Amino acid sequence: MAITLTVNGTAQTFEGDPEMPLLWVLRDQFHMTGTKFGCGAGLCGACTVLFAGSPQRACQVTAKDAAGKEITTIEGLSGKVAEAVHKAWIAHDVVQCGYCQPGQVVSATALLTANAKPSDADIDAAMDGNICRCSTYHRIRTAIHTAAKTLEG
Amino acid sequence: MTKSTLSNIFALPQANLEVEPPTRRAVLKIAGAGLVLGFAPLHALSTTPEAGTAAALKPNPFLVISSDNTVTVIIKHLDKGQGAATGLATLVAEELDADWAQIRTGFAPSDPVKYANSAFGVQGVGGSTGLANSYLQYREAGAAARAMLIASAAKLWGVPATELRVEKGFINGASGKGATFGELAALAAKESVPAKVTLKDPKNFIYIGKSFPRVDSKAKSTGTAKFTIDHQFEGMLVATIARPPRFGATVKSFDASAAEKIKDVVKVLQVPQGIALLANNTWAAIKGREELKVIWDDSKAEKRDTAAMLAEYKQLLDKPGAAARKDGDVDAAFKTAAKTIEADFEFPYLAHAPMEPMDCVIRYDGSSAEIWTGSQLQTVDHGAACRVLGLKPEAVQLHTVWAGGSFGRRAIADAHYVVEACDIAKAYGKPVPIKVIWTREDDIKGGYYRPIYAHRLVAALDAKGNLAGWHHRIVGQSIAAGTPFEAMIVKNGIDGTSVEGAANLPYAVPNMNVELHTVQAGVPVLWWRSVGSTHNAHATEHMMDILAKEAGIDPVEFRLSHLKDKPRHVAVLKLAAEKSGWGIPLPPNTFRGVAVHESFSSYVAQVAEVELKDDGSFKVTRVVCAIDCGLAVNPDVVAAQMEGGIGYGLGAGLKGAITLKGGAVEQSNFDGYEVLRMSEMPKIEVHIVPSSAPPTGVGEPGTPVILPAVANALFAGTGVRTLQLPMNKQKYKSAV
Repeated sequence: MAITLTVNGTAQTFEGDPEMPLLWVLRDQFHMTGTKFGCGAGLCGACTVLFAGSPQRACQVTAKDAAGKEITTIEGLSGKVAEAVHKAWIAHDVVQCGYCQPGQVVSATALLTANAKPSDADIDAAMDGNICRCSTYHRIRTAIHTAAKTLEG
Repeated sequence: MTKSTLSNIFALPQANLEVEPPTRRAVLKIAGAGLVLGFAPLHALSTTPEAGTAAALKPNPFLVISSDNTVTVIIKHLDKGQGAATGLATLVAEELDADWAQIRTGFAPSDPVKYANSAFGVQGVGGSTGLANSYLQYREAGAAARAMLIASAAKLWGVPATELRVEKGFINGASGKGATFGELAALAAKESVPAKVTLKDPKNFIYIGKSFPRVDSKAKSTGTAKFTIDHQFEGMLVATIARPPRFGATVKSFDASAAEKIKDVVKVLQVPQGIALLANNTWAAIKGREELKVIWDDSKAEKRDTAAMLAEYKQLLDKPGAAARKDGDVDAAFKTAAKTIEADFEFPYLAHAPMEPMDCVIRYDGSSAEIWTGSQLQTVDHGAACRVLGLKPEAVQLHTVWAGGSFGRRAIADAHYVVEACDIAKAYGKPVPIKVIWTREDDIKGGYYRPIYAHRLVAALDAKGNLAGWHHRIVGQSIAAGTPFEAMIVKNGIDGTSVEGAANLPYAVPNMNVELHTVQAGVPVLWWRSVGSTHNAHATEHMMDILAKEAGIDPVEFRLSHLKDKPRHVAVLKLAAEKSGWGIPLPPNTFRGVAVHESFSSYVAQVAEVELKDDGSFKVTRVVCAIDCGLAVNPDVVAAQMEGGIGYGLGAGLKGAITLKGGAVEQSNFDGYEVLRMSEMPKIEVHIVPSSAPPTGVGEPGTPVILPAVANALFAGTGVRTLQLPMNKQKYKSAV
């Protein structure tokens, strides 16, 4: 049975196992590899995508449950907030190995969309689920504050 | 250790092996996509050289200047986040006087000669040697290209070369003539490569020591950087391996019937590592493996609990070990000491847990092979692939790609994650690409840990509070024993990695013994960011604070009074103390701790501020870090490595531990093996000691210092010693 998923505004059909996590549908079936596999258990945030703007762990949602959702991946992340986040990430040279960063950028975009001026505590709460083994946390925090300032205009 | 010894150890392909330099097409792809060499798009495996190669200037193996005005720096080392690509590109850009915007990077092919690490004699990186061994080589490469561009411009315009100026990728001649590198590349390629080049006077540096943005920021923050796991080819299969739950166990029998019924499972094969399952997609490879029924033969497996192993190690603390250092007469010193202080330490196994679990992609057709992986020791990985596949070096192409972290995990003497991919490809026998992936559970349970160590430190103080004797005994597995590195690292029964940071204690103590017991265990172990210093820095530097307190002397003063002829230790210690406001009162329940340590020829001091909570928990709120790494080629990358090193060490110190029950690893994912998260990251300030000394390591030296700095702050606040790691094993409450 075909499942239709709307990813980055485009409807795509998937005919495999309806229990396949969205993560692997995106990566293996739709060849969108920006969303990363880190734990497969919703513990690290490397696979964070947006469902109608709200962060979700793609490894924890089945293809069948993702049907009908408005899914945004790192590849489709756009708009003022995402732009400000990307700019801040580059300005502060946040990345090191970079593997977790698509997830970090998606989570940060969701945070700033919901909360234009997050405090350090807000950042802790929103970003604690996104592990970075290179510990770029220090710069992620700075970059989120910078992006917030940019958006303030 | 000599280079030739290492080459012999690895039994490497010799110098007659000629690996083709990257083709122009490959270079253009890198330029276009900001991606790595060897990238082949979905549905297209083979690459064919394109016309137009002549338009490029390739003066040496380290850079290519294309007619499109891009400068592609060929990066001989893996970049796993430490910034190798940015660092080596900076060196070329500096001497070339390139504009940083025209710089691209691509990873070098495997070549043990052209791309050797001069510290190892083969291609690979580790021990924080990446920048240091490339510093002159990559500068000279850039300078050679610059000289050729100038020579060609001088001929073209009929002016003396001395009249030409190069600035930001543009060659300016007299009377308004000028050209880009790209415009001159083809002409310059006809010039002879200068045998000798003059390097810039450091006072004229435009990038080195200043700023040079990371080359990978955009690709990595937009999700386009291509890691091993992101490689996809037409007809590719994904493989997982059912590995024994106990180290050293083997397959007795297996039943694949249930697994083979899962849709998209293609094949189940026995390989030396266990049972491999090949599927059309990753999900089927993961799900199918769960249906495998494997009976393991545990007769040769490690079956102990870690608690039992540690108990055995602790018994050895009572017995003399092999001498790693022996100065003066320790026994005599203890007899006349005013005070004798003793402390035993216990350190657990630690997993590296890089964000990208181990993975490797292979295409093998019986007579040739291509491998894509985040290869840290290319020569070792390439040699292992040739051995397993029975192919000549020239028949195996190894593509190094961005790695999602390593921290030592990808620098593997047995090349196991390449070997298993080769074993699977060979067993399957069909020329389709195969991607072998490890799940997080495979990673956490998979071994190659920082070893468990037990330490005993006994120190003697004289009546004036001076260190009179120091007796340090260490018990643990050898990282190097049984690997090709053994001959190089293990000397007179001492594995240098077990005692580094202890045997070279910087403090002036007239009587000192450092001893080692090397024990056997069936658990594979490996270097983990800063290796021996991960435990030795803590034992020695925490002990220094315990002693300072006994002597009634301020911890910074106590250290300074024992640092004789150690100006670089002194400088970082003073700098960190000054910048942290050492001595200035803090809010109630906030305490400072200091530590200083040399590793990989760099000197780091840190002052940690820790806020104690009423329930005995605490938060590290601020860390002031001072580093002397010689000349800091990219100060911002140095700062980033200190920040990252501190976070990595702090996470492990706070809560990292792998434990075994009956030989089986008890943790499996980030719930059981916890790592540092955003809310636990302190504010960090990094101060770099200005220096013109040759650059030294920065990837590792930030890591070992944080644990003793935090422990010393807690000790200052509560008097509680941190002797058993991780720190979450105890509460920090003042006994008073």
